[in-house]
Amino acid sequence: MYSSNRRSLHLLMPWLVLAVLLTVWQLSVVVFEIPSFILPSPVAIYHAFQEYRPIILHHASLTMMNTMIGFGFGVIVGVLLGIFIGTIPMVYSGLYPVLIGFNSIPKVALVPIIVLWLGIGQPTAIATAFILCFFPIAVNVATGLATVEPEVEDVLRSLGASKIDLIRKIGLPRAMPFFFASLKISITLAFVGTVIAETIASNDGIGYLMMQASSQFRVPLMFAGVAVIAALGILTYVIFAFIEKRMTGWAIRGKK
Amino acid sequence: MSDFVTLESVDLQYGGKGGVLALSGTDMSIRKGEFAAVVGPSGCGKSSLMKLVTGLTPSTAGQIKVDGQTVSGPLKCVGMAFQNPTLLPWRKLLSNVMLPLEIVQPHRGRLMRHRQEYVEKARGLLKMVDLQGFEERHPWELSGGMQQRANLCRALIHNPDLLMLDEPFGALDAFTREELWGVLQDIWMEKRFTTILVTHDLREAAYLADVIYVMSARPGRVIATHRVDLPRPRTLETTFEPRFIEIVHTIRNEIAQIREESRAA
Repeated sequence: MYSSNRRSLHLLMPWLVLAVLLTVWQLSVVVFEIPSFILPSPVAIYHAFQEYRPIILHHASLTMMNTMIGFGFGVIVGVLLGIFIGTIPMVYSGLYPVLIGFNSIPKVALVPIIVLWLGIGQPTAIATAFILCFFPIAVNVATGLATVEPEVEDVLRSLGASKIDLIRKIGLPRAMPFFFASLKISITLAFVGTVIAETIASNDGIGYLMMQASSQFRVPLMFAGVAVIAALGILTYVIFAFIEKRMTGWAIRGKK
Repeated sequence: MSDFVTLESVDLQYGGKGGVLALSGTDMSIRKGEFAAVVGPSGCGKSSLMKLVTGLTPSTAGQIKVDGQTVSGPLKCVGMAFQNPTLLPWRKLLSNVMLPLEIVQPHRGRLMRHRQEYVEKARGLLKMVDLQGFEERHPWELSGGMQQRANLCRALIHNPDLLMLDEPFGALDAFTREELWGVLQDIWMEKRFTTILVTHDLREAAYLADVIYVMSARPGRVIATHRVDLPRPRTLETTFEPRFIEIVHTIRNEIAQIREESRAA
Protein backbone atom coordinates (compact mmCIF):
# COMPACT_ATOMS: atom_id res chain seq x y z
CA MET A 1 0.00 0.00 0.00
CA TYR A 2 2.68 2.38 1.06
CA SER A 3 4.71 1.90 -2.07
CA SER A 4 1.71 2.23 -4.40
CA ASN A 5 0.71 5.43 -2.63
CA ARG A 6 4.19 6.74 -3.08
CA ARG A 7 4.14 5.78 -6.73
CA SER A 8 0.94 7.64 -7.46
CA LEU A 9 2.35 10.62 -5.58
CA HIS A 10 5.35 10.55 -7.92
CA LEU A 11 3.00 10.59 -10.89
CA LEU A 12 1.02 13.43 -9.35
CA MET A 13 4.01 15.62 -8.52
CA PRO A 14 4.48 17.34 -11.91
CA TRP A 15 0.80 18.31 -11.98
CA LEU A 16 1.00 19.58 -8.45
CA VAL A 17 4.01 21.74 -9.27
CA LEU A 18 2.25 23.04 -12.38
CA ALA A 19 -0.89 23.84 -10.39
CA VAL A 20 1.06 25.73 -7.73
CA LEU A 21 2.99 27.64 -10.40
CA LEU A 22 -0.17 28.66 -12.24
CA THR A 23 -1.92 29.66 -9.00
CA VAL A 24 0.98 31.86 -7.91
CA TRP A 25 1.09 33.37 -11.39
CA GLN A 26 -2.65 34.05 -11.43
CA LEU A 27 -2.61 35.56 -7.94
CA SER A 28 0.40 37.78 -8.70
CA VAL A 29 -1.21 39.15 -11.83
CA VAL A 30 -4.44 39.90 -9.96
CA VAL A 31 -2.85 41.26 -6.78
CA PHE A 32 -0.21 43.42 -8.45
CA GLU A 33 -2.62 44.44 -11.23
CA ILE A 34 -0.16 43.61 -13.99
CA PRO A 35 -1.57 44.70 -17.34
CA SER A 36 -2.23 41.80 -19.68
CA PHE A 37 -0.01 43.24 -22.48
CA ILE A 38 2.97 42.74 -20.14
CA LEU A 39 2.07 39.50 -18.43
CA PRO A 40 -1.35 37.97 -19.05
CA SER A 41 -2.82 35.75 -16.34
CA PRO A 42 -3.21 32.00 -16.95
CA VAL A 43 -6.97 32.49 -17.14
CA ALA A 44 -6.55 35.16 -19.82
CA ILE A 45 -4.21 32.87 -21.73
CA TYR A 46 -6.75 30.09 -21.52
CA HIS A 47 -9.44 32.44 -22.86
CA ALA A 48 -7.14 33.44 -25.69
CA PHE A 49 -6.58 29.79 -26.44
CA GLN A 50 -10.31 29.15 -26.53
CA GLU A 51 -10.93 32.17 -28.71
CA TYR A 52 -8.23 31.41 -31.26
CA ARG A 53 -8.38 27.65 -30.99
CA PRO A 54 -8.83 26.83 -34.70
CA ILE A 55 -5.98 29.13 -35.69
CA ILE A 56 -3.67 27.89 -32.95
CA LEU A 57 -4.39 24.25 -33.72
CA HIS A 58 -3.86 24.85 -37.43
CA HIS A 59 -0.42 26.40 -36.83
CA ALA A 60 0.46 23.90 -34.11
CA SER A 61 -0.23 20.98 -36.40
CA LEU A 62 2.05 22.52 -39.06
CA THR A 63 4.78 23.03 -36.48
CA MET A 64 4.34 19.46 -35.30
CA MET A 65 4.53 18.15 -38.86
CA ASN A 66 7.66 20.14 -39.73
CA THR A 67 9.28 19.05 -36.49
CA MET A 68 8.52 15.39 -37.13
CA ILE A 69 9.83 15.48 -40.71
CA GLY A 70 13.00 17.26 -39.63
CA PHE A 71 13.36 14.86 -36.73
CA GLY A 72 12.85 11.90 -39.06
CA PHE A 73 15.68 13.07 -41.30
CA GLY A 74 17.71 13.75 -38.17
CA VAL A 75 17.25 10.18 -36.98
CA ILE A 76 18.22 8.67 -40.33
CA VAL A 77 21.26 10.87 -40.86
CA GLY A 78 22.22 10.76 -37.18
CA VAL A 79 22.13 6.95 -37.04
CA LEU A 80 24.05 6.49 -40.28
CA LEU A 81 26.61 9.09 -39.28
CA GLY A 82 26.87 7.53 -35.82
CA ILE A 83 27.47 4.06 -37.26
CA PHE A 84 30.06 5.50 -39.61
CA ILE A 85 31.93 7.38 -36.89
CA GLY A 86 31.55 4.67 -34.26
CA THR A 87 32.84 1.77 -36.33
CA ILE A 88 35.61 3.24 -38.47
CA PRO A 89 38.38 4.79 -36.34
CA MET A 90 39.70 6.78 -39.31
CA VAL A 91 36.31 8.43 -39.82
CA TYR A 92 36.10 9.05 -36.09
CA SER A 93 39.35 11.01 -35.97
CA GLY A 94 38.51 12.84 -39.17
CA LEU A 95 34.88 13.74 -38.69
CA TYR A 96 34.43 14.08 -34.95
CA PRO A 97 36.29 17.39 -34.49
CA VAL A 98 34.49 18.84 -37.51
CA LEU A 99 31.14 17.85 -36.05
CA ILE A 100 32.01 19.39 -32.69
CA GLY A 101 32.91 22.60 -34.47
CA PHE A 102 29.69 22.55 -36.43
CA ASN A 103 27.63 21.89 -33.35
CA SER A 104 29.05 24.90 -31.52
CA ILE A 105 27.66 27.28 -34.15
CA PRO A 106 24.45 28.89 -32.87
CA LYS A 107 21.93 27.47 -35.32
CA VAL A 108 19.92 30.72 -35.48
CA ALA A 109 22.86 32.13 -37.38
CA LEU A 110 22.33 29.48 -40.05
CA VAL A 111 18.66 30.20 -40.68
CA PRO A 112 19.28 33.19 -42.99
CA ILE A 113 21.60 30.99 -45.05
CA ILE A 114 19.03 28.22 -45.22
CA VAL A 115 16.40 30.78 -46.27
CA LEU A 116 18.74 31.81 -49.07
CA TRP A 117 18.82 28.21 -50.29
CA LEU A 118 15.33 26.95 -49.54
CA GLY A 119 13.24 30.10 -49.43
CA ILE A 120 10.65 31.11 -46.86
CA GLY A 121 8.38 28.43 -45.46
CA GLN A 122 8.20 24.75 -44.69
CA PRO A 123 11.49 23.45 -46.15
CA THR A 124 13.46 25.96 -44.08
CA ALA A 125 11.67 24.94 -40.89
CA ILE A 126 12.30 21.26 -41.59
CA ALA A 127 15.95 21.88 -42.41
CA THR A 128 16.49 23.88 -39.23
CA ALA A 129 14.83 21.20 -37.11
CA PHE A 130 17.03 18.61 -38.80
CA ILE A 131 20.25 20.56 -38.28
CA LEU A 132 19.53 21.00 -34.60
CA CYS A 133 18.60 17.42 -33.85
CA PHE A 134 20.89 15.05 -35.74
CA PHE A 135 24.03 15.83 -33.75
CA PRO A 136 23.12 14.26 -30.37
CA ILE A 137 21.88 11.14 -32.17
CA ALA A 138 25.10 10.75 -34.15
CA VAL A 139 27.31 11.28 -31.11
CA ASN A 140 25.33 8.88 -28.92
CA VAL A 141 25.12 6.11 -31.49
CA ALA A 142 28.85 6.48 -32.15
CA THR A 143 29.60 6.32 -28.43
CA GLY A 144 27.52 3.17 -28.02
CA LEU A 145 29.29 1.48 -30.92
CA ALA A 146 32.76 2.58 -29.89
CA THR A 147 32.44 1.29 -26.33
CA VAL A 148 31.86 -2.39 -27.14
CA GLU A 149 34.03 -4.56 -24.87
CA PRO A 150 37.00 -5.83 -26.89
CA GLU A 151 36.63 -9.30 -25.36
CA VAL A 152 33.13 -9.75 -26.77
CA GLU A 153 34.52 -8.74 -30.15
CA ASP A 154 37.32 -11.28 -29.80
CA VAL A 155 34.84 -14.04 -29.05
CA LEU A 156 32.87 -13.26 -32.19
CA ARG A 157 35.87 -12.62 -34.40
CA SER A 158 37.38 -15.98 -33.53
CA LEU A 159 34.13 -17.50 -34.80
CA GLY A 160 34.72 -15.85 -38.15
CA ALA A 161 32.39 -12.87 -37.67
CA SER A 162 32.67 -10.11 -40.26
CA LYS A 163 32.68 -6.41 -39.44
CA ILE A 164 28.99 -6.30 -40.41
CA ASP A 165 28.25 -9.23 -38.07
CA LEU A 166 29.95 -7.40 -35.22
CA ILE A 167 27.90 -4.27 -35.82
CA ARG A 168 24.62 -6.19 -36.14
CA LYS A 169 25.09 -8.62 -33.28
CA ILE A 170 26.78 -6.48 -30.66
CA GLY A 171 27.38 -2.91 -31.79
CA LEU A 172 23.84 -1.85 -32.59
CA PRO A 173 22.07 -3.60 -29.69
CA ARG A 174 24.64 -2.08 -27.38
CA ALA A 175 24.07 1.36 -28.86
CA MET A 176 20.29 1.15 -28.42
CA PRO A 177 20.10 2.71 -24.93
CA PHE A 178 22.38 5.51 -26.13
CA PHE A 179 20.19 5.95 -29.20
CA PHE A 180 16.93 6.21 -27.28
CA ALA A 181 18.44 8.56 -24.73
CA SER A 182 19.47 10.81 -27.62
CA LEU A 183 15.97 10.69 -29.16
CA LYS A 184 14.54 12.33 -26.06
CA ILE A 185 17.03 15.17 -26.35
CA SER A 186 16.72 15.47 -30.11
CA ILE A 187 12.96 15.67 -30.33
CA THR A 188 12.89 18.72 -28.07
CA LEU A 189 15.73 20.26 -30.06
CA ALA A 190 13.80 19.64 -33.27
CA PHE A 191 10.93 21.71 -31.83
CA VAL A 192 13.34 24.50 -31.03
CA GLY A 193 14.63 24.39 -34.60
CA THR A 194 11.22 24.51 -36.20
CA VAL A 195 9.97 27.38 -34.09
CA ILE A 196 13.16 29.41 -34.62
CA ALA A 197 12.81 29.04 -38.38
CA GLU A 198 9.11 29.87 -38.26
CA THR A 199 9.68 33.07 -36.31
CA ILE A 200 12.33 34.22 -38.78
CA ALA A 201 11.15 32.97 -42.12
CA SER A 202 7.71 31.48 -42.44
CA ASN A 203 4.08 32.26 -43.13
CA ASP A 204 2.66 29.62 -40.87
CA GLY A 205 3.44 27.54 -37.80
CA ILE A 206 3.38 28.46 -34.13
CA GLY A 207 6.52 30.58 -34.46
CA TYR A 208 4.91 32.68 -37.18
CA LEU A 209 1.69 32.96 -35.20
CA MET A 210 3.61 34.31 -32.24
CA MET A 211 5.45 36.88 -34.34
CA GLN A 212 2.08 38.00 -35.70
CA ALA A 213 0.57 38.16 -32.24
CA SER A 214 3.60 40.09 -31.01
CA SER A 215 3.34 42.73 -33.71
CA GLN A 216 -0.37 43.16 -32.86
CA PHE A 217 0.25 43.22 -29.12
CA ARG A 218 -1.95 40.20 -28.57
CA VAL A 219 0.13 39.05 -25.65
CA PRO A 220 -2.27 36.36 -24.29
CA LEU A 221 -2.22 34.72 -27.72
CA MET A 222 1.60 34.66 -27.67
CA PHE A 223 1.57 32.93 -24.32
CA ALA A 224 -1.03 30.47 -25.57
CA GLY A 225 1.41 29.66 -28.38
CA VAL A 226 4.24 29.09 -25.92
CA ALA A 227 2.01 26.82 -23.85
CA VAL A 228 1.09 24.77 -26.92
CA ILE A 229 4.76 24.33 -27.88
CA ALA A 230 5.60 23.24 -24.36
CA ALA A 231 2.73 20.75 -24.37
CA LEU A 232 3.83 19.31 -27.72
CA GLY A 233 7.40 19.02 -26.47
CA ILE A 234 6.35 17.15 -23.36
CA LEU A 235 4.00 14.90 -25.30
CA THR A 236 6.67 13.76 -27.77
CA TYR A 237 9.21 13.37 -24.98
CA VAL A 238 6.83 11.11 -23.08
CA ILE A 239 6.21 9.01 -26.19
CA PHE A 240 9.92 8.46 -26.75
CA ALA A 241 10.59 7.83 -23.07
CA PHE A 242 7.92 5.13 -23.20
CA ILE A 243 9.42 3.51 -26.31
CA GLU A 244 12.84 3.66 -24.68
CA LYS A 245 11.59 1.82 -21.64
CA ARG A 246 10.03 -0.89 -23.76
CA MET A 247 13.01 -1.37 -26.04
CA THR A 248 15.95 -1.22 -23.65
CA GLY A 249 14.72 -2.67 -20.38
CA TRP A 250 17.94 -4.69 -20.13
CA ALA A 251 20.02 -1.55 -19.81
CA ILE A 252 18.32 -0.53 -16.59
CA ARG A 253 18.35 -4.15 -15.41
CA GLY A 254 14.57 -4.41 -15.35
CA LYS A 255 14.13 -1.78 -12.64
CA LYS A 256 10.63 -0.44 -12.51
CA MET B 1 47.66 -38.72 -32.62
CA SER B 2 48.80 -35.79 -34.74
CA ASP B 3 49.65 -32.30 -33.61
CA PHE B 4 46.68 -29.97 -33.84
CA VAL B 5 48.25 -26.73 -32.69
CA THR B 6 51.93 -26.00 -33.22
CA LEU B 7 53.99 -22.92 -32.48
CA GLU B 8 57.52 -22.71 -33.87
CA SER B 9 59.87 -20.09 -32.41
CA VAL B 10 57.07 -17.53 -32.27
CA ASP B 11 57.90 -13.91 -31.37
CA LEU B 12 55.42 -11.20 -30.57
CA GLN B 13 56.39 -7.59 -30.21
CA TYR B 14 53.90 -4.86 -29.41
CA GLY B 15 54.24 -1.35 -30.78
CA GLY B 16 56.61 -2.10 -33.67
CA LYS B 17 60.41 -2.00 -33.50
CA GLY B 18 61.73 -1.28 -30.01
CA GLY B 19 58.32 -2.04 -28.50
CA VAL B 20 57.58 -4.49 -25.71
CA LEU B 21 58.63 -8.03 -26.53
CA ALA B 22 55.77 -10.15 -25.17
CA LEU B 23 56.79 -13.55 -26.51
CA SER B 24 60.16 -14.73 -27.71
CA GLY B 25 60.99 -18.04 -29.35
CA THR B 26 57.91 -19.83 -28.07
CA ASP B 27 57.57 -23.47 -29.08
CA MET B 28 54.54 -25.60 -28.39
CA SER B 29 52.80 -28.53 -29.90
CA ILE B 30 49.41 -29.69 -28.78
CA ARG B 31 47.86 -32.88 -30.05
CA LYS B 32 44.34 -33.27 -31.32
CA GLY B 33 41.92 -33.79 -28.48
CA GLU B 34 44.49 -32.86 -25.90
CA PHE B 35 43.87 -30.58 -22.92
CA ALA B 36 46.81 -28.20 -22.56
CA ALA B 37 47.34 -25.65 -19.83
CA VAL B 38 49.68 -22.67 -19.94
CA VAL B 39 50.88 -21.27 -16.63
CA GLY B 40 53.39 -18.59 -15.74
CA PRO B 41 53.98 -15.45 -13.72
CA SER B 42 51.74 -12.50 -14.51
CA GLY B 43 52.73 -10.51 -17.55
CA CYS B 44 54.37 -13.49 -19.26
CA GLY B 45 52.26 -13.12 -22.38
CA LYS B 46 49.77 -15.89 -21.64
CA SER B 47 46.87 -13.89 -22.99
CA SER B 48 48.91 -12.80 -26.00
CA LEU B 49 49.29 -16.47 -26.75
CA MET B 50 45.51 -16.82 -26.96
CA LYS B 51 45.29 -14.03 -29.48
CA LEU B 52 48.13 -15.47 -31.53
CA VAL B 53 46.72 -18.98 -31.79
CA THR B 54 43.25 -17.72 -32.72
CA GLY B 55 44.76 -15.40 -35.31
CA LEU B 56 43.36 -12.25 -33.71
CA THR B 57 46.89 -10.83 -33.45
CA PRO B 58 49.56 -11.60 -36.06
CA SER B 59 52.90 -12.83 -34.74
CA THR B 60 56.06 -10.82 -35.34
CA ALA B 61 58.13 -13.89 -36.25
CA GLY B 62 57.81 -17.65 -36.32
CA GLN B 63 55.01 -19.86 -37.49
CA ILE B 64 51.72 -20.93 -35.95
CA LYS B 65 49.76 -23.82 -37.40
CA VAL B 66 46.30 -25.00 -36.46
CA ASP B 67 45.03 -28.23 -37.99
CA GLY B 68 47.87 -28.22 -40.50
CA GLN B 69 47.05 -24.71 -41.76
CA THR B 70 49.27 -21.72 -41.13
CA VAL B 71 47.34 -19.12 -39.14
CA SER B 72 47.20 -15.86 -41.08
CA GLY B 73 43.93 -14.28 -39.93
CA PRO B 74 41.18 -14.91 -37.37
CA LEU B 75 40.20 -18.59 -37.30
CA LYS B 76 36.64 -19.39 -38.20
CA CYS B 77 35.46 -21.80 -35.58
CA VAL B 78 37.13 -21.40 -32.20
CA GLY B 79 35.30 -21.47 -28.91
CA MET B 80 36.56 -18.77 -26.57
CA ALA B 81 35.87 -17.91 -22.95
CA PHE B 82 37.45 -15.22 -20.83
CA GLN B 83 37.57 -14.40 -17.15
CA ASN B 84 34.78 -11.92 -17.76
CA PRO B 85 31.72 -13.91 -18.93
CA THR B 86 30.94 -11.30 -21.65
CA LEU B 87 27.39 -12.51 -22.11
CA LEU B 88 25.25 -10.00 -23.97
CA PRO B 89 22.93 -8.31 -21.45
CA TRP B 90 20.11 -7.76 -23.97
CA ARG B 91 19.82 -11.45 -24.79
CA LYS B 92 18.29 -14.13 -22.65
CA LEU B 93 20.49 -17.04 -21.63
CA LEU B 94 19.33 -19.39 -24.37
CA SER B 95 19.88 -16.91 -27.16
CA ASN B 96 23.23 -15.91 -25.64
CA VAL B 97 24.34 -19.52 -25.84
CA MET B 98 23.07 -19.77 -29.40
CA LEU B 99 24.93 -16.66 -30.59
CA PRO B 100 27.82 -18.56 -32.26
CA LEU B 101 25.29 -20.43 -34.39
CA GLU B 102 24.34 -17.10 -35.95
CA ILE B 103 27.96 -16.59 -37.03
CA VAL B 104 29.56 -19.95 -37.82
CA GLN B 105 28.86 -21.82 -41.03
CA PRO B 106 27.16 -24.20 -41.74
CA HIS B 107 24.96 -23.54 -38.70
CA ARG B 108 24.37 -19.97 -39.74
CA GLY B 109 22.61 -21.04 -42.91
CA ARG B 110 20.69 -23.84 -41.22
CA LEU B 111 19.60 -22.00 -38.09
CA MET B 112 16.36 -20.63 -39.49
CA ARG B 113 15.00 -23.93 -40.75
CA HIS B 114 16.39 -26.21 -38.04
CA ARG B 115 15.82 -23.87 -35.15
CA GLN B 116 14.15 -26.44 -32.94
CA GLU B 117 17.03 -28.87 -33.27
CA TYR B 118 19.51 -26.18 -32.23
CA VAL B 119 17.37 -25.00 -29.36
CA GLU B 120 17.32 -28.58 -28.08
CA LYS B 121 21.08 -28.72 -28.33
CA ALA B 122 21.51 -25.47 -26.40
CA ARG B 123 19.10 -26.67 -23.73
CA GLY B 124 21.05 -29.90 -23.48
CA LEU B 125 24.31 -28.03 -22.93
CA LEU B 126 22.73 -25.77 -20.32
CA LYS B 127 21.46 -28.88 -18.59
CA MET B 128 24.96 -30.35 -18.52
CA VAL B 129 26.17 -27.32 -16.57
CA ASP B 130 23.13 -27.44 -14.29
CA LEU B 131 21.38 -24.38 -15.71
CA GLN B 132 18.08 -25.88 -16.81
CA GLY B 133 15.20 -23.58 -15.95
CA PHE B 134 17.27 -20.46 -16.50
CA GLU B 135 17.02 -20.36 -20.31
CA GLU B 136 14.69 -17.39 -20.36
CA ARG B 137 16.59 -15.32 -17.81
CA HIS B 138 18.85 -12.41 -18.60
CA PRO B 139 22.52 -12.88 -17.70
CA TRP B 140 22.45 -10.08 -15.15
CA GLU B 141 19.83 -11.96 -13.17
CA LEU B 142 22.34 -14.77 -12.54
CA SER B 143 25.33 -15.16 -10.24
CA GLY B 144 28.91 -14.93 -11.53
CA GLY B 145 29.34 -18.70 -11.42
CA MET B 146 26.14 -19.29 -13.39
CA GLN B 147 27.18 -16.70 -15.98
CA GLN B 148 30.50 -18.45 -16.38
CA ARG B 149 28.77 -21.79 -16.92
CA ALA B 150 26.60 -20.24 -19.62
CA ASN B 151 29.75 -18.74 -21.09
CA LEU B 152 31.22 -22.24 -21.38
CA CYS B 153 28.07 -23.39 -23.15
CA ARG B 154 28.38 -20.52 -25.60
CA ALA B 155 31.98 -21.47 -26.30
CA LEU B 156 30.94 -25.07 -27.05
CA ILE B 157 27.57 -24.82 -28.81
CA HIS B 158 29.03 -24.98 -32.33
CA ASN B 159 31.25 -28.02 -31.56
CA PRO B 160 34.52 -26.16 -31.96
CA ASP B 161 37.66 -28.15 -32.76
CA LEU B 162 39.57 -25.79 -30.53
CA LEU B 163 38.53 -24.31 -27.20
CA MET B 164 40.53 -21.39 -25.84
CA LEU B 165 40.05 -20.52 -22.18
CA ASP B 166 41.68 -17.45 -20.65
CA GLU B 167 41.42 -17.74 -16.86
CA PRO B 168 37.73 -18.59 -17.18
CA PHE B 169 37.33 -19.27 -13.46
CA GLY B 170 39.65 -16.51 -12.23
CA ALA B 171 36.94 -14.27 -10.84
CA LEU B 172 35.04 -16.99 -9.01
CA ASP B 173 35.21 -18.10 -5.40
CA ALA B 174 37.23 -21.24 -4.61
CA PHE B 175 34.22 -23.56 -4.19
CA THR B 176 32.51 -22.54 -7.41
CA ARG B 177 35.82 -22.74 -9.23
CA GLU B 178 36.50 -26.30 -8.11
CA GLU B 179 32.97 -27.30 -8.98
CA LEU B 180 33.35 -25.92 -12.50
CA TRP B 181 36.62 -27.84 -12.99
CA GLY B 182 34.51 -30.96 -12.64
CA VAL B 183 31.87 -29.62 -15.04
CA LEU B 184 34.47 -28.71 -17.66
CA GLN B 185 36.23 -32.07 -17.31
CA ASP B 186 32.94 -33.92 -17.82
CA ILE B 187 32.14 -32.02 -21.00
CA TRP B 188 35.68 -32.39 -22.29
CA MET B 189 35.74 -36.14 -21.64
CA GLU B 190 32.53 -36.48 -23.58
CA LYS B 191 33.48 -34.33 -26.58
CA ARG B 192 37.29 -34.36 -26.58
CA PHE B 193 37.87 -31.01 -28.24
CA THR B 194 41.43 -29.70 -28.20
CA THR B 195 41.69 -27.19 -25.37
CA ILE B 196 44.18 -24.54 -24.39
CA LEU B 197 43.65 -23.18 -20.90
CA VAL B 198 45.56 -20.14 -19.73
CA THR B 199 45.61 -19.85 -15.96
CA HIS B 200 47.66 -18.78 -12.99
CA ASP B 201 46.06 -21.40 -10.77
CA LEU B 202 48.48 -24.36 -10.73
CA ARG B 203 45.97 -26.71 -9.11
CA GLU B 204 43.49 -25.87 -11.83
CA ALA B 205 46.10 -26.67 -14.48
CA ALA B 206 47.04 -29.96 -12.84
CA TYR B 207 43.42 -30.96 -12.33
CA LEU B 208 42.31 -30.32 -15.90
CA ALA B 209 45.28 -30.68 -18.23
CA ASP B 210 47.11 -33.51 -19.95
CA VAL B 211 50.09 -31.30 -20.48
CA ILE B 212 51.22 -28.12 -18.71
CA TYR B 213 53.46 -25.52 -20.31
CA VAL B 214 55.34 -23.30 -17.89
CA MET B 215 56.25 -19.89 -19.27
CA SER B 216 58.97 -17.48 -18.21
CA ALA B 217 58.50 -13.84 -17.35
CA ARG B 218 58.51 -11.28 -20.16
CA PRO B 219 59.53 -11.98 -22.80
CA GLY B 220 57.45 -15.13 -22.47
CA ARG B 221 58.97 -18.43 -23.58
CA VAL B 222 58.19 -22.03 -22.69
CA ILE B 223 60.74 -23.17 -20.12
CA ALA B 224 59.24 -26.45 -19.00
CA THR B 225 56.65 -28.97 -20.10
CA HIS B 226 54.97 -31.37 -17.71
CA ARG B 227 52.79 -34.33 -18.62
CA VAL B 228 50.07 -34.95 -16.09
CA ASP B 229 49.64 -38.71 -16.01
CA LEU B 230 46.89 -38.84 -13.40
CA PRO B 231 43.94 -41.03 -14.38
CA ARG B 232 40.59 -39.49 -15.34
CA PRO B 233 38.06 -38.56 -14.28
CA ARG B 234 39.95 -36.64 -11.68
CA THR B 235 38.09 -35.55 -8.58
CA LEU B 236 38.79 -33.15 -5.77
CA GLU B 237 40.21 -36.17 -3.93
CA THR B 238 42.84 -36.42 -6.65
CA THR B 239 44.11 -33.01 -5.66
CA PHE B 240 45.22 -34.43 -2.30
CA GLU B 241 47.16 -37.35 -3.76
CA PRO B 242 50.96 -37.24 -3.46
CA ARG B 243 51.50 -37.33 -7.25
CA PHE B 244 49.20 -34.32 -7.76
CA ILE B 245 50.87 -32.38 -4.99
CA GLU B 246 54.27 -33.26 -6.41
CA ILE B 247 53.38 -31.86 -9.84
CA VAL B 248 51.97 -28.64 -8.38
CA HIS B 249 54.97 -28.30 -6.12
CA THR B 250 57.48 -28.73 -8.94
CA ILE B 251 55.78 -26.12 -11.09
CA ARG B 252 55.46 -23.79 -8.12
CA ASN B 253 59.20 -23.96 -7.60
CA GLU B 254 59.91 -23.35 -11.27
CA ILE B 255 57.77 -20.24 -11.25
CA ALA B 256 59.32 -19.01 -8.01
CA GLN B 257 62.69 -19.36 -9.64
CA ILE B 258 61.61 -17.44 -12.74
CA ARG B 259 60.34 -14.61 -10.59
CA GLU B 260 63.59 -14.46 -8.66
CA GLU B 261 65.67 -14.45 -11.83
CA SER B 262 63.61 -11.70 -13.40
CA ARG B 263 63.87 -9.67 -10.22
CA ALA B 264 67.64 -10.12 -10.15
CA ALA B 265 67.95 -9.13 -13.79
